[in-house]
Amino acid sequence: MALKIVVLAKQVPDTRNVGKDAMTAEGTVNRAALPAIFNPEDLNALEQALRLKEQNPGSTVGLLTMGPPRAGEIIRQGLYRGADTGWLLTDRLFAGADTLATSYALATAIKKIGDVDIVIGGRQAIDGDTAQVGPQVAQKLGLNQVTYAEEVLSVKDGKATIKRVIDGGVETVEAPLPVVITVNGSAAPCRPQNAKLVMKYKRATCPMERPAEGTAYDYLYEERPELTLNQWSVADVDGDVNQCGLSGSPTKVKAIKNIAFQAKESKTLTASDADIEGMIKELLDEKIIG
Amino acid sequence: MANNVFVYCEIEGTQVQEVSQELLTKGRKLANTLGVELHAVVAGTGIKGKVEDQILPFGVDKLFVFDGKDLFPYTSAPHTDILVNLFKEEQPQICLMGATVIGRDLGPRVSSSLTSGLTADCTELEIGPYEDKKNDKVYDNLLYQIRPAFGGNIVATIVNPEHRPQMATVRSGVMQKAIYEGKAKGEVVYPEVSKYVSPEAYVVKVLDHHVEAAKHNLKGSPIVVAGGYGVGSKEGFDQLFQLAKVLHGEVGGSRAAVDAGWIDHDRQIGQTGVTVHPKVYIACGISGQIQHIAGMQDSGIIISVNSDPDAPINRIADYVIVGTVEEVVPKLIKYYKQNSK
Repeated sequence: MALKIVVLAKQVPDTRNVGKDAMTAEGTVNRAALPAIFNPEDLNALEQALRLKEQNPGSTVGLLTMGPPRAGEIIRQGLYRGADTGWLLTDRLFAGADTLATSYALATAIKKIGDVDIVIGGRQAIDGDTAQVGPQVAQKLGLNQVTYAEEVLSVKDGKATIKRVIDGGVETVEAPLPVVITVNGSAAPCRPQNAKLVMKYKRATCPMERPAEGTAYDYLYEERPELTLNQWSVADVDGDVNQCGLSGSPTKVKAIKNIAFQAKESKTLTASDADIEGMIKELLDEKIIG
Repeated sequence: MANNVFVYCEIEGTQVQEVSQELLTKGRKLANTLGVELHAVVAGTGIKGKVEDQILPFGVDKLFVFDGKDLFPYTSAPHTDILVNLFKEEQPQICLMGATVIGRDLGPRVSSSLTSGLTADCTELEIGPYEDKKNDKVYDNLLYQIRPAFGGNIVATIVNPEHRPQMATVRSGVMQKAIYEGKAKGEVVYPEVSKYVSPEAYVVKVLDHHVEAAKHNLKGSPIVVAGGYGVGSKEGFDQLFQLAKVLHGEVGGSRAAVDAGWIDHDRQIGQTGVTVHPKVYIACGISGQIQHIAGMQDSGIIISVNSDPDAPINRIADYVIVGTVEEVVPKLIKYYKQNSK
């Protein structure tokens, strides 16, 4: 059967490659110093979505992301790999959202998209590591959820069979559609970008990504409507402002600090045989190692 | 009586998971600080008479046992229904659960349903006041949910001033379990499952459920040899396994090493992995991000092998050996063999 699939994807700062200038002197994060990337597990999710599209003729894959205008890049990255469309939720009113307000915004957008069979996203994003948004979206939509998925084995007769990893083992579950799935990093990696699709979509942008003074490609946007990506505000998705952004977030950050390690008195040794043998003897004498 | 501290106890078959017992001990302390009761909830199939003794000794005043068909293996909706409806009746102020696959599936679902705040993977929980300067309001006795954030580069204290319950998940091994010495009521009730769970909640079917005993005892090992990005390769980790073998220890890795595919994910040490408290921790080629430090800082003796004398981990090390992993680890093996026994 033809499936309507929405991939939840997030643009995140690459926290895995934090350089020395990533923190300011005040101990806050210098976002500008970190490259923005496609959240790794969301790429695993995109791959599962694209495979389902191939296995189920007539299916479509769209990327849903929330962020500043530059997060339109996430949709392009998806189009380059075989997705059909995308939606960028961007509005100052969405800013400062914790996981609950984020899931509210995403759930409202999914309702607006309508008739979705499968919502699939990464298990968690590397800038928060919470793994909360997937289940919270599922709850808000009143849908079933399958988290920690490793592979969507099949979709037939309105049911998805999914292999998932659990603590110390694996499980196979069957869930009726529509369903929300979150995909683990151990799932198959995403296919690379397709050169033809890159050529086709490289000028695709959201209106807010374009400079106000216009570009040399404006004629293209008139000729080819698919190059104008969907961009939605809170009002566009009929969202309740009180449930969005900072005001829709029950959690508040009381304090943020750079951890100051309790510096210990340490012995510094070289890699010489004498130093290492000396340490081993010391640890043995004090019965720290047996 | 409302306003108590609740712990969701996770099970595999009829075995209560250790992380839940660790949280009961922490929950008891929080309840004592707040002057309220500690309540626990457990749900499964055929558990009546089998789980109570694994839960009550940790200082539980009241235990809710939901025993019914298809509550094990865990699926999201029935367990969500149980907690949501129970919490509507009981109005707890705090709910703790393990930051396990189950806890991280269930917690957000419950929090979304109750519109309450949830903080994942806390490394510390404390009680304290909070001043909301913007609205000029002061709150007493909030739960401080403390966790490394932003890839472990900062530590954040999160509070939920207005919403209840204040929910937090904590990884296995972060808190220490202990039989409660004080007095607790130890009441047990067996509510009727069908009053809490709608029949439609059982639509997700578990076709196959397979859990193996842990392949290693990293969490309980007295000696841990851990490798980071500085190990350089999967082959480099073979040396660490050799060192661990002669020392009768276990091998772990930093997130960077796990991401690089040099060591299995279940051996990751840190906030988003296993927390260890060994007698001796040998960090090989690990720079020491907060995310990693959070999972090993309570180790007894810390030995850091690193070619960078200024690696952050060296600040908490007892011994710093400045050199490459490749050069130093074989020497550790050699001189241990020569000098031991």
